[in-house]
Amino acid sequence: MSWNGVGEFFAMGGYGLYVWGSFAVVAVWMLAEPWMVWHKHRLAFNNILQDQEQGLSDETAP
Amino acid sequence: MKTRPRFFTFAAPSRFYRLAGLLVPWLYGVAAIFAVAGLYIGLFVAPTDATQGEAYRIIFVHVPAAWMSMLLYMAMAGWAAVGWAFNARLASMLARAIAPTGAAFTFLALWTGAFWGKPTWGTWWVWDARLTSELILLFLYLGYLALVEAIDDTRRADQAGALLAVIGAVNVPIIYFSVRWWNTLHQGATISMTAAPKMANTMLTSMLLMTISFWAYAFAVTFARTRAIVLERERQAEWVHGVVVPLESRKP
Repeated sequence: MSWNGVGEFFAMGGYGLYVWGSFAVVAVWMLAEPWMVWHKHRLAFNNILQDQEQGLSDETAP
Repeated sequence: MKTRPRFFTFAAPSRFYRLAGLLVPWLYGVAAIFAVAGLYIGLFVAPTDATQGEAYRIIFVHVPAAWMSMLLYMAMAGWAAVGWAFNARLASMLARAIAPTGAAFTFLALWTGAFWGKPTWGTWWVWDARLTSELILLFLYLGYLALVEAIDDTRRADQAGALLAVIGAVNVPIIYFSVRWWNTLHQGATISMTAAPKMANTMLTSMLLMTISFWAYAFAVTFARTRAIVLERERQAEWVHGVVVPLESRKP
């Protein structure tokens, strides 16, 4: 291991802003995108459920 | 007569929907495992670079993101073309699903590149051939997304998008070879098929692990998005009602 302590690790030899500024944006996107896609899928799924419920209530309507 | 699985079996949106549903969690898992391994080697094992100090570690996200940006564009253009030429519904949906992820990787390649350029070149941005052609790639993705969103008729939107995507594909080899064709500030290819790698083994290992991780992530997220698009487009189809069941009434 090439680091002497946590402080040195986060400082990245004075390039902390650049290294962590890069890694953080990549990480944030890679967590946000799956969440957004999951949400998109759930929305489409729920819309179809709603269709089904409406279809059922139409059939059972007097 | 024996029934063999046919090549186009999974071209049916219904089959794809089920298969992708099984694959997506595993693909996310692979992406996570390889990211942890790649980051561990990249941040704790790989040595400091003799000329760039610790700033070089940006390579572990920059290069995989840049590769994915080009690869996903070719995949998007390829599926868009197949969808257009053969009127294959699923191919057009895949093209649509790849675009946002491709655009994101292009943005990330530019962003991490700027954060690497500042400490090593002294500037966030230069109008160099590599950077400019990558920026054009971002505009191609955004143009594709804007175009397909602007047209209400799904099939016409897919066709118009395919035309744009296929024409824009000429930009990808330009990006790739830009460092060879022009005098650029950007360094040459990181990995060459013909020459021995110039990097330390641990650096190379980390970068390849991160690339596998990004690759698995791209598959996972585009498959998941394709499933959402399938449900949106096949809302009226009979099979959808066999798949979409209220959570409480599902079998354990």
